[in-house]
Amino acid sequence: MAEETKPVASPAAEGGERVERGERRTPRPYGQGGPGAARDAGGRKFFRRKKVCKFCTEKIDSFNYKDVRLLAQFVAESGKIVPRRLTGVCTPHQRRLSEAIKQARNIALLPFAGRAS
Amino acid sequence: MNRTYELMFIVRPDMAEEEQDKLLSTLEAAVTSSGGQVKNVERMGKRRLAYTVRRFNDGIYVLLTVEGSGGMVHELERRLRVTEPVIKFLTVRIDETQKRIDKLKAIRDAKRRTSAAQAPAATPEAAGEAPAVTA
Repeated sequence: MAEETKPVASPAAEGGERVERGERRTPRPYGQGGPGAARDAGGRKFFRRKKVCKFCTEKIDSFNYKDVRLLAQFVAESGKIVPRRLTGVCTPHQRRLSEAIKQARNIALLPFAGRAS
Repeated sequence: MNRTYELMFIVRPDMAEEEQDKLLSTLEAAVTSSGGQVKNVERMGKRRLAYTVRRFNDGIYVLLTVEGSGGMVHELERRLRVTEPVIKFLTVRIDETQKRIDKLKAIRDAKRRTSAAQAPAATPEAAGEAPAVTA
């Protein structure tokens, strides 16, 4: 919907946008690729940059509920687990990360609600 | 009988050192009597809890790595539940994750070794090997 209201009608811009939209339909290995190509100046901040999964690039495979410092990076101020679309983590890693965070919460290393001290 | 478990429990902060040792030796005795093996005992010291547990704000964390059967863990947990100074515990099974990590590491090392040795002939071999193992 945002794309249709775009004022610029130059063929170059349209061609570029069409390519990007086509690219978006193909499955991507990492990231979720938001509804991109919203180049409106006052547009919502979708798809600012391509996010890669930090764990896939560093090849970190398992999460321990004990390393609170790593887990606390993916926990918001309110204590909630940060969603994947904000952190760019891929699905299997996000699942394992959530499991580790929940284990840490159970053993009082992370809070259920409130700031992680 | 080769399941590895990690048992972490929190003891109240005003517990004396010798009482902790007594508790640990009781648990270790329970492990060996049910045919298990204690791999590691780690005292992580006093830490601030993320939330209040039974009106305590700090606790002494102890990590116990054991190897044994599920029945043994059941027994250990029962003892911990009954022990008054223990305010929280968590048991995690770690042999499956360890197996997965080792397998992935082995695949990665094999790929690296073969690709380092002979680049053209090895890469189709490694690529053919990897999907077969991960399937």
